[in-house]
Amino acid sequence: MNQATDMGALIAAILFWLSAWALNEWLVRRTFRSGVLNRTARIVVPVLFGVSILVLWEGIVRGFAIPSVLLPPPSMIWVRLIGSVPILWADFQQTFLKAVITGYALGCGLGFLVALAIDRSPFLQKGLLPLGNFVSALPVIGVAPIMVMWFGFDWQSKVAVVVIMTFFPMLVNTVSGLAAASHMERDLMHTYAATWFQTLVKLRLPAAWPFIFNALKINSTLALIGAIVAEFFGTPIVGMGFRISTEVGRMNVDMVWAEIAVAAVAGSIFYGVIALIERAVTFWHPSVRNARTV
Amino acid sequence: MMEKPSVFQERVLPVLTILFALLVIWYVAVVFLNAPFERDTAGRAGTTITFSEILPKTMFQQRPVLPAPHQVIAEIWDTTVNKAVTSKRSLVYHAWITLSATLLGFIMGGVLGILLAVGIVHNRAMDRSFMPWVIASQTIPILAIAPMIIVVLNAIGISGLLPKALISTYLSFFPVVVGMVKGLRSPEQIQLDLMHTYHASKAQTFWKLRWPASMPYLFASLKVAVAISLVGAIVGELPTGAVAGLGARLLAGSYYGQTVQIWSALFMAAALAATLVMVVGLAHTAVLKRMGIKP
Repeated sequence: MNQATDMGALIAAILFWLSAWALNEWLVRRTFRSGVLNRTARIVVPVLFGVSILVLWEGIVRGFAIPSVLLPPPSMIWVRLIGSVPILWADFQQTFLKAVITGYALGCGLGFLVALAIDRSPFLQKGLLPLGNFVSALPVIGVAPIMVMWFGFDWQSKVAVVVIMTFFPMLVNTVSGLAAASHMERDLMHTYAATWFQTLVKLRLPAAWPFIFNALKINSTLALIGAIVAEFFGTPIVGMGFRISTEVGRMNVDMVWAEIAVAAVAGSIFYGVIALIERAVTFWHPSVRNARTV
Repeated sequence: MMEKPSVFQERVLPVLTILFALLVIWYVAVVFLNAPFERDTAGRAGTTITFSEILPKTMFQQRPVLPAPHQVIAEIWDTTVNKAVTSKRSLVYHAWITLSATLLGFIMGGVLGILLAVGIVHNRAMDRSFMPWVIASQTIPILAIAPMIIVVLNAIGISGLLPKALISTYLSFFPVVVGMVKGLRSPEQIQLDLMHTYHASKAQTFWKLRWPASMPYLFASLKVAVAISLVGAIVGELPTGAVAGLGARLLAGSYYGQTVQIWSALFMAAALAATLVMVVGLAHTAVLKRMGIKP
């Protein structure tokens, strides 16, 4: 009896997935007359894809009776998520609001300021740029144990890790962004008798914004990863990384997935906010203009 | 007449200067960070200690807050050259474990990324529905769930190389997809039209135009992918109970307060990353040369 309903769930899920796929195929081939409908279709397609993946996941887990220790169904994760909001909120506060945001602001700000500072010295630029590029490729996350040793178990050590991880991408991108304004434009500013500061604010910074936002976007995911992984090396009894590693040990996989869901949503919103600010600041950039007219 | 500045003056000298400055800062930091410990021991012994006495002592502590560069180099030398490669104390042995997981993950991620990119470029439904999720998938901090993947896969009997490689795969497929989609779309309309006038099939257009045109993009993404898949392998080693690999060395070092060991593992990881990126870079130049493009 139970076996039959399980198989039914699997078949229903596969049917739903196939019909969603067919609907998507149909939607992308069609162009609607009104622009509103077209725009809705652009949003509906990926959403439908995501929902069908969730349904398929649920169906497969139930159909093949996969033990929830391995992979809990989405419904179970959702129930767990709703049931443990206070814990998740405390973890979110500890890891995201304290460690990630502080470290992100400090690291990006520091990278930006250092880039401005070495802007006037080509020698320093030539020395720091290759090193910065090199360090960006290194597994910087490895400094986490050292930072935990130096700054203690609480969120300060996570901030330090995040600062180190975000500093170099910001430095490298800002320096190359500040070099993005062409010679002609700089010569024009020179003929206007503009000071270094005026040239910076009116010409070179606006030209550098796309590069800087690129770094800000890269750093938004790096910061979250850095803070969570740093918690594996020692932490007080709160925090997303702590929760993940302890609940794995207790085989409460649904709690782990709930924490992952929170992290993913937080990361996506963080990224989305920066992307929105980018659109507002670099409204003149071709990639933004094209996206708007289509 | 202006003389062209030499490569040394233009590129090597600035980097060396910065490196030297960093080294000096490091040594100064060593003295200041390790001095409190020496003062404590002196205080406990009931003696006072002058600064000139502290200075040499900070350079050779057993468990320094910050080990001096020469200590790290000595440790690396000791654990690579003086130990047999198969020994568990050899850093080469641990590096090899990490490297094999990295390479396996990198290859799987690269192949997966290329396949997905080809699908996305040739199928509109896949482009519209899949691409946003490829991007969203990267906001999930996979490194954070690495321990769960390792433990869960261990529970069903998959252990060793594969779980770590899977984490590397997940991390490295993303830059490859993004780069390859861009690259496969980089031929201009006029070139595609030319293929059309030749009555080229879709496969021919792909192999003769799109694929070659995407090579620079592919290698740029592969450089990012190889670096990130090393990070994945290292983090994947953290929760396995610190058995082997550079990540395990980091974790063991942090448990027992062996700072010198942490730093040497860190340097090994850095050297590994640099080598991997360089190898990809060399492959890049070789392929471009073969294709007749001047780099």
